[in-house]
Formats: sequence, C-alpha cells, structure tokens
Amino acid sequence: MEAIKILGTDDTPGIVLDAENDVFEISGRSLPEDVTSFYEPVLNWLDEYSENPKPKTEFVFKLTYFNTASSKVLLDILMKLEDIHSTGKEVLVKWYYPDDDEDMQEAGEEYADIVDVNFEQLSC
Amino acid sequence: MTKENNEKGFLEFVYNFYKTMKAHEITLVYEGEITHQITKAFTSLTESNMSKEMESNNVQRKVFHVMVECLQNISKHADTFGQNDYVYSGRGIFLVSKADSEYSVTTGNVIDNYKIDELTTLLEQINSLDKEGLKEMYKTQMKEGRLSAKGGAGLGFIDIARKTGKKLLYHFLPVSETTSFFLLTSTISRNI
Repeated sequence: MEAIKILGTDDTPGIVLDAENDVFEISGRSLPEDVTSFYEPVLNWLDEYSENPKPKTEFVFKLTYFNTASSKVLLDILMKLEDIHSTGKEVLVKWYYPDDDEDMQEAGEEYADIVDVNFEQLSC
Repeated sequence: MTKENNEKGFLEFVYNFYKTMKAHEITLVYEGEITHQITKAFTSLTESNMSKEMESNNVQRKVFHVMVECLQNISKHADTFGQNDYVYSGRGIFLVSKADSEYSVTTGNVIDNYKIDELTTLLEQINSLDKEGLKEMYKTQMKEGRLSAKGGAGLGFIDIARKTGKKLLYHFLPVSETTSFFLLTSTISRNI
C-alpha cells in the first residue's frame, strides 16, 4: 500500500500513514479550511488498510490543537481503528498531550471512553 | 457644511472611536467577511501579543480555541442581508478585549429571525449544564452529529462553554422585519 506523507503547516497537521514501516501518526495543529476534503484521503487510506491490516497497529496522535470540526473527523478515524480492532487485530492508540495541557489530556480520555480501542496516554 | 468641516468631523470621529476602544480595552476589532485567512491572521496576531505579554500557555490556548470557534461561527452561520447588488453573508463584527482579569471575545452577525428560537434553546441548554453535562453533550453530538456542508460540527458553542467554564452571554437586536443581530460574548479568565 502506498504511504501517505503530509507535512504539517500552522493550520493543518502532519500525517504519516506508512504500513510497510509501521508508522501511523497525526501531529501538530488541525484547523483546516475544509476539514472534509483535507481528511478524505486519510479516511480512504484507512478503509483500504482495514481490509488487510497488520497484526498490530500502533497509531500515534501528537496534536497540540484541533478545532471542533476536526474533533468530529478524529472520531471517524478512531472508529475505523475500532473496526480493525473488532476483527481481532491488535490496535493501540498512543495519545500524546503537552504536559501542561489538561484539555488535550481530557480529549484523549473522552475518545478512549467512546471507542473500544486500547489507549495509552502520554505527556510530552 | 463645507467639505473641510466634513473631513474634520470624520477625523474627530476617528479620535473618539480610538478613545472608546481604549476605554473598553479593545485590542482587536474587525467588521467584514470572515475567511480562513482572516482567522489565521487574527489568531496568530493575538497569539504573538499574548506571548509577548507572558500570558500562561493555558490562557493562550483557551483564547485561541474560543477565537477560532467564534470566527468559524460567523463564517458558517452569518445569514445574508442587503438587497440587490449588495448582498452580504458570512460577515460580522469581531472584537477582542483585554482587561486586568480576563480576555473577552465578542461576535455579532445578522441571522434570520426564524432561527432565533432554535438558537436560544441550544444556548440555554448549554448554559443549564455543568462541566460533566457539557462533556456528555459534546460526546453525544460528536458521535451523532454530522459535518454540515460548510464543515460545521454543531460543537462550537459547547466547546466555548467548556473551555471558558462560563455561561454564554448573548443578545438579539432587531435589524429588519425578518432579520436580527446576534451578539455573543465569551470571557476567558487570565488567572487560570
């Protein structure tokens, strides 16, 4: 599967989805002008990946900010990971938050409540 | 009135406007269309000002959150007004002010009157909830809501209430028979 590599900007996150090298990561800031079209390739990639996922998927979220429209799409991404998990494959979400950012920590806890996937919270 | 007097009158108005801004500690004011570029410019300007003033990360992040959601509310929800060749939408007024103890972010935009009841119900529902209640409402809306064609998730007001920890203060004023001006102000305490 072809990898996705998108460099982050001050309003869009950096994204690496590289199954071959086991790197799945979204980092930085997310307030794209058009949330739907920005994340569409990511969601499509995950759909394709979920047809034949690795035995273990470790997905890293290292976001410093996301707006409410992005929060909805992040849930869509996590629900795709939940689908992979429900087929018996191992999925671990590593949720990084700046160590003084309670809101980002809480956001991770809320997602962990909603989706049935293993979450690990890490401060950075 | 002569042209000269007219111009002088305008310049005096500008000075009074400046004094009013100072008196209300307004650090940023804008009227017009809210685009993504405007949102980026205002947030980065405010961020660099806050960082110069050694505002805590926590306050900076909350002000940033509230500004983005308020600006996006205008760009996605401000209704059209004007007639014929002068029809405006996605426009409004946007103000940031800074007092000793708090920042305020205020928006104003035209909305169609038929939306007032629904909007009031939503705002009152948010204002009736405590921290836990807001958290549950956010989670439910995130799960069940859909992104609108304009990219709205229906989460902005809930997020503002959660980030500020305060009630949403709002007001409607009549503009025409079919439209009103919707004002909303959010305050972020500087001592958090």
